[in-house]
Amino acid sequence: MRTFTYERAKSPAEAAAAVARNPGARFIAGGTNLLDLMKLEIETPAHLVDVNRLELDRIEATKDGGLRIGALVRNTDLAADKRVRKDYGVLSRALLAGASGQLRNKATTAGNLLQRTRCPYFYDTAQPCNKRTPGSGCSAIGGFSRPLAVIGSSDQCIATHPSDMAVAMRVLDAVVETVRPNGETRAIPIADFHRLPEKTPAVETVLAPGELITAVTLPAPVGGKQVYRKVRDRASYAFALVSVAAVVQPDGGGRAAFGGVAHRPWRVEAAEAAMPRGAKAVTDQVFAGARPTEQNAFKLVLAERTLGSVLAEARG
Amino acid sequence: MQQVPEFDMSRRDILIVGAVSAAGAAAPGLASGQETVAAPVVGKVILTINGTARALEVDLRATLLDVLRETLKLTGTKKGCDHGQCGACTVIVEGRRINSCLTLAVMHDGDKVTTIEGLGTPGDLHPMQAAFVKHDGYQCGYCTPGQICSAVAVLEEIKAGVPSHVTADLNGRPKVTPDELRERMSGNICRCGAYSNIVEAIGEVAGVKA
Repeated sequence: MRTFTYERAKSPAEAAAAVARNPGARFIAGGTNLLDLMKLEIETPAHLVDVNRLELDRIEATKDGGLRIGALVRNTDLAADKRVRKDYGVLSRALLAGASGQLRNKATTAGNLLQRTRCPYFYDTAQPCNKRTPGSGCSAIGGFSRPLAVIGSSDQCIATHPSDMAVAMRVLDAVVETVRPNGETRAIPIADFHRLPEKTPAVETVLAPGELITAVTLPAPVGGKQVYRKVRDRASYAFALVSVAAVVQPDGGGRAAFGGVAHRPWRVEAAEAAMPRGAKAVTDQVFAGARPTEQNAFKLVLAERTLGSVLAEARG
Repeated sequence: MQQVPEFDMSRRDILIVGAVSAAGAAAPGLASGQETVAAPVVGKVILTINGTARALEVDLRATLLDVLRETLKLTGTKKGCDHGQCGACTVIVEGRRINSCLTLAVMHDGDKVTTIEGLGTPGDLHPMQAAFVKHDGYQCGYCTPGQICSAVAVLEEIKAGVPSHVTADLNGRPKVTPDELRERMSGNICRCGAYSNIVEAIGEVAGVKA
């Protein structure tokens, strides 16, 4: 691991300013992804701003009947929160489907959104990767692409976003709250938060340099039957090949977002009107324009069948 | 010494001459035969390890795992993958099990840490240690300290009502079942494959037949 300097931030705005002021600085919260990448020298921050002592670890009710989840709420605590379990079951389920008990005890809400891809070529520093080393090329295109994106990818990058939590937040219309180095705050709908790779796959979110996530808010509960179904190579502690986060209402309508298929949680709201007609009617629209590889074309079939299974369970 | 908010650290830049001049011919960027290499930056931290407060000066890069093993010589906690995938390094920090390999020691100033050495001793085993012995919950034993720390915390998590991926009713109380134990222990790998005996040992401590 490369050497770095370290400070503990005293307020969110100070933390943002500290990262903006120090070239190559990064925030550190749970550290479970960042330290893994620092050991491999994929991430080489010159300075770490420890945000763990900021008081951003509470889950509070909002005026409009929703929840405001502090950026530092650990994945275990968010999944176990009684309000989340009762009213946002798809979020609890998504969190519990991810990582291991040890990692969920450390990993934070904001860090989960900001975790990097697990594309094998991003992790292999001996191989070109446009996300790790912009302009070096994409080894995944034409390489081992089975776990990678089938839609929204570019000629520069076919990585997927690995989060389960983010897929549930996308289906729940969460909003990401941030503070900028100059102290200004803003609210970013999660649909706009993660970028597609396009020509700059190293730029994964719309956050400005130094901009710090302070919370994620959920709108008032939408009810319905909430299901998160994750299909993976092992029964536990593995990333999704395909996942579906769904909210299905008694009239057969609802919403669905897909994980493991793109550079961000993948949801096409316009396709959701087709939900009463079954999974294929939805996924035909959700995955229109998909560009799978020979190795991962199975994900399109798997996504349709997984949604079908989720709809059957919800209507059970 | 340079003072950083709430934090003492020092940084020295070392001029390395000899080592680089030997490799100078193969390093075209180093025309002068000299390179500045950053020395480790250190920080002070107080950790309460198994009930004893320890004031330490640590390399900022040192993980909690490395400080336990290399600085404090508490070698019960094991380094397996060093990337959070195997669980051999599991310890209990502030009552929660974590991978000690994926956290910096300096991030834990003031924290209470329990390692396998703090759970029991050879003459006075923790009930989970005794159950692992009784049920033969290991072969080579390398993953065992992490398995036991994890298992102790798993039973606390179930008691606290934390649900898991296999908990059928999110709004009910989770129960100790073999399925629950297998799911909750999935962050601890045992390459000898003692899993079924591990589940039996944990079940016995929880007072259920696993």
